[in-house]
Amino acid sequence: MSDHLEQLENLSIHILREAYANFKSLCMLWSIGKDSTVLLWLSRKAFLGHVPFPLIHIDTRYKIPEMIEYRDQLTRQWQLDMIYGMNTEALDRKETYPDGNADRLRCCKLLKTEALKNTLSGQWPRYRFNHAANRYETDPNHDPFTGVIVGLRADEEGSRSKERYFSRRDRASEWDIADQPPEFWNQYKTDFAPGTHVRIHPLLDWTELNVWEYIEREKIPTVSLYYDQGAGKRYRSLGCWPCTFPIDSTARNPQEIIEELRSGQLKNIAERSGRAQDAEDGGGLETLRREGYM
Amino acid sequence: MIPATDEKMNIVIAGHVDHGKSTVIGRLLADTDSLPQGKLQQIQELCRRTSKPFEYAFLLDALKDEQAQGITIDSARIFFKSARRHYLILDAPGHIEFLRNMVTGASHAEAAVLVIDAAEGVRENSRRHGYMLSMLGIRQLTVAINKMDLVDYSRPVFDTIVQEYSRFLSEIALSGSFIPVSGMQGDNIAVASRRMDWYKGPTVLEALDGFIKEPPPLDKPFRMPVQDVYKFTRAGDTRRIIAGTVETGAIRPGDEVIFYPSGKKGVIRSLERFATQPPSSYQAAQAAAFTLEEQIYVARGQVAVQAKDIGPQVSRRMKVNLFWMGKEPLTPQKEYLFKIGTAKQPGRIEEILSVMDAAELNAKDKKDQIDYHNVAECIIKTDRAMAFDTADAIPALSRFVIVDNYEIRGGGIIRQALPDSQEPLRQQVMRRNLKWALSAVSRERRWERLSQKACLLLVTGHKNAGKKELARAIEKKLFAEGKLVYFMGIANVLYGVDADIKTPGPNQSHRPEHLRRLGEVANLMLDAGIILIVTAIGLTQEDLEIIRNAVDSDLIEVLWLGAEPTDIKIDLHIESLENLNETLSQIKRLLQQKGIIFSI
Repeated sequence: MSDHLEQLENLSIHILREAYANFKSLCMLWSIGKDSTVLLWLSRKAFLGHVPFPLIHIDTRYKIPEMIEYRDQLTRQWQLDMIYGMNTEALDRKETYPDGNADRLRCCKLLKTEALKNTLSGQWPRYRFNHAANRYETDPNHDPFTGVIVGLRADEEGSRSKERYFSRRDRASEWDIADQPPEFWNQYKTDFAPGTHVRIHPLLDWTELNVWEYIEREKIPTVSLYYDQGAGKRYRSLGCWPCTFPIDSTARNPQEIIEELRSGQLKNIAERSGRAQDAEDGGGLETLRREGYM
Repeated sequence: MIPATDEKMNIVIAGHVDHGKSTVIGRLLADTDSLPQGKLQQIQELCRRTSKPFEYAFLLDALKDEQAQGITIDSARIFFKSARRHYLILDAPGHIEFLRNMVTGASHAEAAVLVIDAAEGVRENSRRHGYMLSMLGIRQLTVAINKMDLVDYSRPVFDTIVQEYSRFLSEIALSGSFIPVSGMQGDNIAVASRRMDWYKGPTVLEALDGFIKEPPPLDKPFRMPVQDVYKFTRAGDTRRIIAGTVETGAIRPGDEVIFYPSGKKGVIRSLERFATQPPSSYQAAQAAAFTLEEQIYVARGQVAVQAKDIGPQVSRRMKVNLFWMGKEPLTPQKEYLFKIGTAKQPGRIEEILSVMDAAELNAKDKKDQIDYHNVAECIIKTDRAMAFDTADAIPALSRFVIVDNYEIRGGGIIRQALPDSQEPLRQQVMRRNLKWALSAVSRERRWERLSQKACLLLVTGHKNAGKKELARAIEKKLFAEGKLVYFMGIANVLYGVDADIKTPGPNQSHRPEHLRRLGEVANLMLDAGIILIVTAIGLTQEDLEIIRNAVDSDLIEVLWLGAEPTDIKIDLHIESLENLNETLSQIKRLLQQKGIIFSI
């Protein structure tokens, strides 16, 4: 086993176990992307084959269709406790970028940030997968989640490099970057005031390359959009189809992506360069992230 | 550049504000070709738009906030690689208000680079950071004397700083190399300077590559703070798995382990792992999981130790070195939470022995409080005994943090275990637990059968408050609901088990022994799965601690009846029995919330 991947795996498992031991109302955000899928795999390792908390997916109705298929397929196969939430009001009003009624940032804020905040707090309906009935049903439980596990990485973009493993969010899910408590040794922020919640980031120290090396080593099933299907294009980062663009690449599997990242054409291109909302936010996600975006 | 190995090392950069840490890192990234294309262009474009000259420091100041203030505000993580290995740089800012970010960075680092401005020389935070690095466990250090271009690359300037700062380092038991650099001009960062031929040593990059990757501490005794005990019965998994990250040493199936501070003992039946074959051993730095042969009660916060090794220290009192980062001072008047490993206990500062001023480290003052950013030597007293090691024996198990109002605001290392009054009692209980003969039915199975968790319900209050009346009412109500419950009058113990030491009249001298015996009787009843109700007059926190020694402390609930409670920590305060039915409902809700009574 490769040493650096083992180190990363051990710390991530330690953090997941701390989260589970300290937060009674815990959930994990699953974006269907490679990072949160690695996180899902790490949870099964931490809890010896189980995922003992619900997974939350924010559906914008603009996700690439393969993402939703893959989500529900894995939900059934791994018996996951799957919940999705969405901003039905904004979608009904057609206040979105593809409808031409909002710019990209506003669309992200409505369909993702607002949907996420209100799904976590329980104020908007949650749709939970009923395995026996094989369908999503409205979840009667409206308790707010106080611990939210998120698969973000420090190397993705500037503001994410400022995160802690356990990062507090105030009542409105807002993040005060300038006033973060210290985090040292193996001690994390596991005590929190009523009404606040804590975001937990077990993948903070991982790089994009580490994620692919781990997917390859562990043979983790990932959505086919990451691989070239013959047209010489693949997605490097997944999101909503109107704002996410594939890159030119002929990598057909994790091994080829690793080679591409190590020495090939992607070496000097930012990972999220195919995500149009970043460019509108002055080259980063900071405005979105302060308000509660992942 | 592609490193020869996948080896990874975490480095922290520290130093006084404006001494040029970000410039040093920015230059390091640029000169090692470690920048993604998008990033460099993005910053260059930003500089062009704002008509600022491009600086390497801007590469790190990715956030708009920081660029406005001109200082780095948080410990950012920066990845880069040399021909030798991969690095994660934890950039610790130097502004005096931001020490907590330096601590965050330093505690995750294996080595440190400390930057000192050649023109300004050694400043307050150069010393403060050095001291903190030492306490946080950094043993490998290089000192970059930066901005050499501003002092004409002068050797005497460099030598003076080296002399002053090495003297300081030797006082705090740290040592390091010194390199004259200019982040702005690129001298001795990744490329050897041609402007300082008097300097023959390594560049910063070479110094980083010269740091040794310390192996995990396998040669020390086995220590694993228990993070959790898993039983995923509902998912059809009957394993009872003890999980935690191994701090030192190793374990294998068949090893005998003792859990401190309880002293309960078991033999490892299997190591557990998902998706692949379990390993033959779990060792230091690994996230471990195992099952035991015996169904003993283990909980988060205990420390697993090999029975053949020397055990950890167990005490309520310890002499420590600590640093404080709260805006409110740390005072002996207030209660805090102390966390060691996975254990958490309320406690207080019993005594402040000395407070060191980081600006003048040799000045030691006797003070009655510890202010923001100060370093001190103290005695801590926790409510219950904790298991730990001293800093000279096993550093990882000597580390603690202090939680105040939900936030970690301080931390430190334990230098010495001090005696506390309950030590003999604790040893008695440890011996009992080592010799304990387990019943054939596990605790969980018994609790499942009875639809209840065993519990000691202590009803206390002043004389004639109606404690017995309440105790009997609880007993009747729970019994009527099908629970296995028993009210045990204190006299039943005093004149029975305690007959040999019971003296007539209100004699207090045997009180601790009475309480100890009460605890032992309660422990037996709780082992049998009973909800036990006991009344006692005016129990104090100290009294409760004696009982808690004998009983698993998470199985005790304390009710205070009437006015003016003592210092005892109460789970429910009942003012009077005027509305007995409402009071009984309140108690039932408490028992349900705590998971003591439930239905399957």
